[in-house]
Amino acid sequence: MSELYLSDKIGQDDIPTEPIRKGFGKGLKQAGDDDIRVVALCADLTESTQMHLFRDAHPERFVEVGVAEQNLVTVASGMAAMGKIPFASSYAAFSPGRNWEQIRTTVCINDRPVKIAGSHAGVSVGPDGATHQMLEDIALMRALPNMIVIAPGDSVEAEKATLAIAKNDKPSYIRLAREASAVFTTPLTPFEIGTAYVLHEGHDVTLLGTGLMTYECLLAARQLEKEGISVEVVHVPTIKPLDERTVLSSLRKTGRGITVEEAQIAGGFGSAVAELVSEQMPTPLKRIGLQDRFGESGKPAELFAHFGLDADSIAASTREFIQSTPQYHQK
Amino acid sequence: MSGQLSLVQLDEMANTIRQDIIRMLEHAESGHSAGPLGMADIFAALYFSILKHDPKNPDWDGRDRLLLSNGHTNPVLYATMARAGYFPVEELMTLRRFGSRLQGHPERTKLPGVETTSGPLGEGLSQGAGMAYVMKYIDERPNQWVYVMMGDGELNEGNVWEAAMFAGKYKLHNVIAIIDRNNIQIDGSTEDVMPLEDLHGKWESFGWHVQEVDGNNIESVIDAAAMARAVTNQPSVIIAHTIPGKGVDFMEYDYRWHGMPPNSEQAKEALRKLRTLDGKIRSEHQ
Repeated sequence: MSELYLSDKIGQDDIPTEPIRKGFGKGLKQAGDDDIRVVALCADLTESTQMHLFRDAHPERFVEVGVAEQNLVTVASGMAAMGKIPFASSYAAFSPGRNWEQIRTTVCINDRPVKIAGSHAGVSVGPDGATHQMLEDIALMRALPNMIVIAPGDSVEAEKATLAIAKNDKPSYIRLAREASAVFTTPLTPFEIGTAYVLHEGHDVTLLGTGLMTYECLLAARQLEKEGISVEVVHVPTIKPLDERTVLSSLRKTGRGITVEEAQIAGGFGSAVAELVSEQMPTPLKRIGLQDRFGESGKPAELFAHFGLDADSIAASTREFIQSTPQYHQK
Repeated sequence: MSGQLSLVQLDEMANTIRQDIIRMLEHAESGHSAGPLGMADIFAALYFSILKHDPKNPDWDGRDRLLLSNGHTNPVLYATMARAGYFPVEELMTLRRFGSRLQGHPERTKLPGVETTSGPLGEGLSQGAGMAYVMKYIDERPNQWVYVMMGDGELNEGNVWEAAMFAGKYKLHNVIAIIDRNNIQIDGSTEDVMPLEDLHGKWESFGWHVQEVDGNNIESVIDAAAMARAVTNQPSVIIAHTIPGKGVDFMEYDYRWHGMPPNSEQAKEALRKLRTLDGKIRSEHQ
């Protein structure tokens, strides 16, 4: 395992927190500093999506399109046709929620390097309720040919991911969360598109997390280890293309796995892992996420507990899973 | 080559494009007839007079951009591009066939010279506005234009009006939209399916410069485009009134020909009508 330079405060109450969207805002501003081709478009949510950092630094390359998400991505597509690298941001419920077909036709079939930033994804949006808690974006974006799908685990990683997609010359989707969350990586922690990272080694079961859920997996692993259960935690920030080698090699070692995502389990991250595993190396798998239901209003922590997404719930699900499901060792 | 044809030669070119359209659709056994025939004069005007472009160098950075937003009318785009020299005329007969660069709806990544993938309606104007925004505010390309060809039926789409607001707000004078106002869509006449009038007033109220022309009169179309290029503080729209199925009398004005190709009998008759200008002249090909 190469050096990951993770935060030394993982599991401590005083671990610094910051919203993932802030990392996006910083990364976008930096991408704009680095490359004059980078432009940014927003649909009346400039501060919410943290695009104001870019807007203030590069006002001549910032475009306000108003509350019009179909126009947001198609104007971005036209700008990409002129050699620009457009970042288009809104809440994920509206982009890609409302403008999926425009993304399919004018970004993906056209193969233009438009970067869709979907903020306020997941139930951690909190009080706004089900309409604004986007849970189907991973499924929507993962199904599109040419599209790269990334759900960073914290704000520092979001900054790196934003800089990376500014350079990848491909249609890309980056999933962002609203609420402040633990910063468990550091500026030195590696990030590459298409790479998953084993954050913690173990041999009884693999927890595969994406987005905010990776930190909950790390906390769950700590709880379980005190009980003598050895848990491997794999962080999968890039959902497409999936790092098949890392996922399969961990599951080959532990013989069973659990995926954890703040999204519908149908078509999402867990589905991507299940598709891979069932075709290439059938291994017992459980998917934690939203179980074919919508979110509701509440505090993020309450909602995580209610939907089984916090560390305690993940630990409980893991205990139950390993009691009922023997490790499967490949011949 | 382009920009040098006389008005008579442009009329002949439009007629040739119409014959290509009939042959392509007959051969493909599927596709749309009425719209492409009605738009042939506009396309002859665009590719042989209005547009700055280079068929031998389709990616030339200084070219004007033409986006076909109503992608289902692409037989007229392909026929005109072939006649302008983008690819061999014989390739037109591969329309909608497996392995062809001439997909059922235009695809940018398949055929050089196609500016964008289209078919799903209402998406061309906003892409054109994005291009024009770059030309006007970021790269400063003062003498370059974005033409967006739209159907009237597709104006039902909300995306069109989002784009209209956007181009109006940013005074994108370098956008010139051309609406093929042929009054038909799949389910019937536009005013029965979803009324568009007062169309002129709608665009004006969004901050656009509006002209109405006879879209089957090539000189009128060329003049309107020149007028639009002289407007420097707002985007322009040309409402081009056309006859659907123009040039083939049994297709004209009939919405049922919107989405239907001619069979071989009908194609033969259509080609005879086009070659003889509906009996006014004799054709050596008869």
